[in-house]
Amino acid sequence: MTTTRLLTLAPIDIVIVALYFAVVIGIGFYLKRHTNTGEDFFLAGREMTAWIAGLAFVSANLGALELMGWAASAYEYGILATHWYWIGAIPAMLLLGIVMMPFYYICKTHSVPGFLKLRYGEAARMFSAVSFSLEMILMSGINMFAMALVMKVVLGWDINFSIWVSSLTVAVYVFLGGLLSAIFNEVLQFMLIWAGAMLIPILGLIEAGGWNSLVHKIAQRMHTTAYTHLWSTLGSFKDNPMGIHWTGIVFGLACVISTGYWTTDFLVVQRVLSARNLRAARMAPIIGSAFKMAVPFIVILPGLIGIVVLPGLMPQAQAIATGGHSYNEVLPLLLARYLGPGLLGLGVTALIAGFMSGMAGNVSAFATVWTYDIYRASIRKNATDQHYLAMGRWCTLLGVLVSIGTAYVVMHFASIMDYVQAVFSFIIAPLFGTVLLGMLWKRASPAAGFWGLCLGTVGSLAMWTWVRLDPSALRYIALSPYASTMAENMYRALWSFLFCVVVTVAVSYMTKPKPEAELVGLVYGLTELPSEHDLTIWQKPVFWAAVVAVVFVILNIIFW
Amino acid sequence: MHKKGMVPIWFFIGVILLVYGILITGASVYDVFVPPVRTVVLQNLHAGVWWGGFLLLVGLFYTIKFWPAKSDR
Repeated sequence: MTTTRLLTLAPIDIVIVALYFAVVIGIGFYLKRHTNTGEDFFLAGREMTAWIAGLAFVSANLGALELMGWAASAYEYGILATHWYWIGAIPAMLLLGIVMMPFYYICKTHSVPGFLKLRYGEAARMFSAVSFSLEMILMSGINMFAMALVMKVVLGWDINFSIWVSSLTVAVYVFLGGLLSAIFNEVLQFMLIWAGAMLIPILGLIEAGGWNSLVHKIAQRMHTTAYTHLWSTLGSFKDNPMGIHWTGIVFGLACVISTGYWTTDFLVVQRVLSARNLRAARMAPIIGSAFKMAVPFIVILPGLIGIVVLPGLMPQAQAIATGGHSYNEVLPLLLARYLGPGLLGLGVTALIAGFMSGMAGNVSAFATVWTYDIYRASIRKNATDQHYLAMGRWCTLLGVLVSIGTAYVVMHFASIMDYVQAVFSFIIAPLFGTVLLGMLWKRASPAAGFWGLCLGTVGSLAMWTWVRLDPSALRYIALSPYASTMAENMYRALWSFLFCVVVTVAVSYMTKPKPEAELVGLVYGLTELPSEHDLTIWQKPVFWAAVVAVVFVILNIIFW
Repeated sequence: MHKKGMVPIWFFIGVILLVYGILITGASVYDVFVPPVRTVVLQNLHAGVWWGGFLLLVGLFYTIKFWPAKSDR
């Protein structure tokens, strides 16, 4: 990146940004008086409506790096980046709402590792809790550093200033109000992200002359129509800018990575567990999926507009060498291009809000898993609720401080970022296999749950290491020597998921299953779901899931 | 919709959108009469005026609709 700042804020912009910080801290202080028990702090009292839980569910994932990163990917790879929002999210969210949520909700677990404890026992829970806690803290620190770097490049802010001000703000409001405060602020941040980012595609389309004109100009500039088609170029690794095959997108991304993330990553599942009843908990991911389907409008479309109105952006390394602008700067460059005083402050607030919602998600999920699944399970088992509430508050601060420490470590060892991003994929695919089998197959035994999860994670790590040591192994892992790193991730996740399933099934047949009486409320076939016969059609989650599914199919056909 | 006696989140959203709408509309109307040093592409559309106005109306609607009852404060 260049060392010259991309944007200069006017006084009105600074007022708008400062007002945002004041409001989120004010909400934290207001909510403190409503956060009196562990249930309030860790699960927002389980009183959230479907709308609030659904918006928080999407917002926790809609970080600033996500906004900027996928806009950059759209500039580099075209509309193919949309797969991460549509097939890479919508089916998974609907699966969570319709199939998996009842088991999470009825068993009244506080967390995903907590579900593993009920279903498989202590070993699987502890493995999952420790790996998840490490992942949360590392990801939080890395995102913090990356965001501070963005603020330095975009606004010229000092890195230390960005890290400390943003993280301490998050620490204050999560410390005070726990998940309740995090969810309130996530909903607020979701609205501000849309308010701040929606003008970019609107004005960009006006400048480009409308959608059809934009498509025509992209084809002219890139000498191919591949940048504006979702599926028609995925028959071969070499036919599309991403170097990926449709099997990787469908089986790797949609069936494993995204489904694993949206149904087992506690960062997002925690938001839905806060719903006030089972129907709200099932509706929340469905409502979230409808909004998720619209996110490409503020993320992918700006990247496509950038191809036409900001030609010549380049890969990061080349930008550093030549002093030019990189793909990663496409969104801030568009902010500077279209937004005048006031609006620019709103756009920058949207970026900061995105960063803080992601970090609050990491910290609140960490506090819950640490307190309930590690501290209460193995350090202090029979303390009072007030003791665990205090522990949750203090480990929120501890989580933020460790994240800040991680950010400074990353500052000096930047290559760590590549490794930690891979850690995410090691954990999520096997976890999905373990949770899914646990919910759907009563024969899955406690020993099988632990060994499937453990060996699936080790298998994923081994495949990653093999390709790093011998790049020619890519042809075996990703089925093609031309596969991109992204494609490699898809296939590695698929193989580790399958490996986990095979191990779990094999060990299950060799070991003793849990008695059926202990699986009531946890497994399909042994769990009685509340009847929905008295609900009207539009009150039923399955109806709205069908509506979202139909729109999803139509959108994919339109942009085929 | 929330915990009993709690001010709804929609009220907070309404207030911040209302204030942002007022600030952005005010700054943008000022720019119509006193053109800023830094001009943007499509400056002639005065996006700040109509977008700020839109935020102001949405914020006003939410603020009024979700104005907290006395028991909530």
